[in-house]
Parts: sequence; C-alpha cells; structure tokens
Amino acid sequence: MTAKWRLGVFWVAAAGFALLYFAGVKNLPPWGHYRGLYGQMISAVTVYERHATDAVNAVTYDYRGVDTLGEEFILFAAVLGCMVLLREPERPSEMAKPDKGLSETVKATAAASFASLLVLGIYLSTHGQLSPGGGFQGGVVIASASMLIYIAENFQVFKRITSHPLVEALESLGAGFYAIIGMVPLGFALPFLTNWLPLGTTGTLVSSGTIAVISCSVGLEVTAAFLLLGYTFLEEIISGENEEA
Amino acid sequence: MTAFLHIYPYLIAGWIFLCGLYGIATSKHLVHMVISLAVMQTSTYVLLLNIGYRVHGAAPVFVGVSPGTVTVDPVVQALMLTDIVVEATIMALMLAMADRAHDRAGTLSPDDLRMMRG
Repeated sequence: MTAKWRLGVFWVAAAGFALLYFAGVKNLPPWGHYRGLYGQMISAVTVYERHATDAVNAVTYDYRGVDTLGEEFILFAAVLGCMVLLREPERPSEMAKPDKGLSETVKATAAASFASLLVLGIYLSTHGQLSPGGGFQGGVVIASASMLIYIAENFQVFKRITSHPLVEALESLGAGFYAIIGMVPLGFALPFLTNWLPLGTTGTLVSSGTIAVISCSVGLEVTAAFLLLGYTFLEEIISGENEEA
Repeated sequence: MTAFLHIYPYLIAGWIFLCGLYGIATSKHLVHMVISLAVMQTSTYVLLLNIGYRVHGAAPVFVGVSPGTVTVDPVVQALMLTDIVVEATIMALMLAMADRAHDRAGTLSPDDLRMMRG
C-alpha cells in the first residue's frame, strides 16, 4: 500500500470517526454540568465511610480497587515485557568504560536533590489518603530521583544501587502485597478488597484503613518498576555504544 | 453559539485523537509512531477531565472544606490517573520493540519492515 493510498484510507476513517464522535457528544449535558451520580455519591460519602480526605485516591485504591489491581498488573507485565525484549544473551558486564562522572559540584547538588526528592516521593506515597498524590506519583518521583545518580556518577554506581535481584523482588512484592491485602477479607467471607483495617482518625497519617497501605505498596511497585525500566534501557544504550566503539 | 461552546471541549479531545491517528497513518519512523500513539492517548485525558468538570466545583479533596461541598467528579480523575501510568509503561514496551526491530531489520521505517522472518 503506497503512502497516498494509506492517507486516503485515513481520511475516510477520520471523516467517519468525526461524524460518529460529533453525534456522540452533541447531546451530552452542557460542559460543567456533569450529571453522573457515581462521582457525586463518592464525594459525599468518602469522608464518612473511609475516613479518607482525598476522594480520587479513595476511588483508585478502594471503591475501584479491582481496576487498579488489574492496571498494576498491566504495569508489571509491561516491565516484564521490556526486560525480556531487551535482555542481553551474553552480558558484556564490566566492558563499559569506567566513567569518572561529572564535577564535584554537580555530584554534591545531585546528592542533595536526590535526598529531597526521595523524601518527597515517600511523602507522596504515604499521604495518598489525605492529599493529592499517592503511590503512583510517589513511586515515579523516587524512581526519577535515582536517575540523578546515573547523571552525576556513572552507570556502574547506578547499577550497584538498583542492584537487580533486590529491585525485582521489591517489584513482585509490591504487586503481590496489593493482591494479598485484597484477599484477606475473603477468609472472613467478605468481598474481595473490602476495607478491613481499622479506619483511624480522619486527617491523620494512620487513617482510611487499606487505602493507605495499598498506596504504599503501589508506591513500592511503581518505584521498582521504573527503576527496572531505567536500568534495562540504560544498559541497552551502553552496550550499544560499546559495540560501536 | 452557546450550544457550540458546550461541546467545544469534547471536540478538542476528538481533534487531538485525530492528530495522533494522522501521525500514526503517515509515520516514517517507529519512534515517531510511538509518540503519535501517546498523543492519541492524551485525548482521553482531555475528554475525561472535561466530562467530570462541574461549574464552581472544588477539587475532590476534603481538607478544610465541609463534606457537602460540590466537587468535580473524582471517578474520572482516578481513571485518568491509571491511564497515565498505563501510557508510560506501554510507551516503554513499544520503544523496546522498536529497538529490537532496529537490531533485526536495521531500519526504523515501518515501510521497510514488511517482510516477516522466523
């Protein structure tokens, strides 16, 4: 199929999509006057029922916890897929040139930034039930902070810190722990992912029962997953550079 | 005119979707194709946030406000949150595939990737 034909097919499909989409949205409630009851109900009851002040995370980790569990396993499977695709049969392990890294100033700044980003990431993961944030955001912040190590030092240091087996174990633990928390109520003849922990006082760190615990376990899983992704891609780039050199 | 303005935010979501689709249909480079897919997925964020918006609605975080306050819809926001995570990982997976395709075929142009090899 030539490019011209492909573009022709695209325009036909685009016109069809545009027509159907317009027909679909033209009778929606006016913008800003959403009538869905589900969200309104959750907004109204989440503080009483779950002692959580962030309704978004109450939905993510509790009311629609099953969906998030499935989504977490999408993350798990995608990371696994990346690692399988980019695995090196015979790893040219210490072939990479021992780069001595950037200047002392950059290293000191990176170390300070890493510490504060780590604290921010842990704060976001543990306060998901109280304020905007939660495990996904916290995990991404921690994993991105670790990239500073690679920038300031070199790949060998980054590799040692993300030490492969431990991070892999943490990723599996994070994903597994979520499922285990969900399965505990089954032993008491309650539905899967029932909020079975004591709810605590609204507005404190230890509140909202399983929401806080699941948020932390998701934080662990996301941190490990993105560390593995960073490690896998960096190794691919570096082994590629070595082949060219 | 008001009627048009009420559906305008949804039309923007559709427009972004079509921009991404155009990028995929005319792509000459696998990395460009992955980014186009990300653009397509961005349209779902715009759509979800627009659907859940309520005039004068507060953020659905009940700190310092009474629990009865009218808020924007928390469900669509939670949906968007998971959407972003899935997008990031799927992009990583597709970039890994593009990398492997480049190793095997020596090209990143979808047009040259036609033949299958066992």
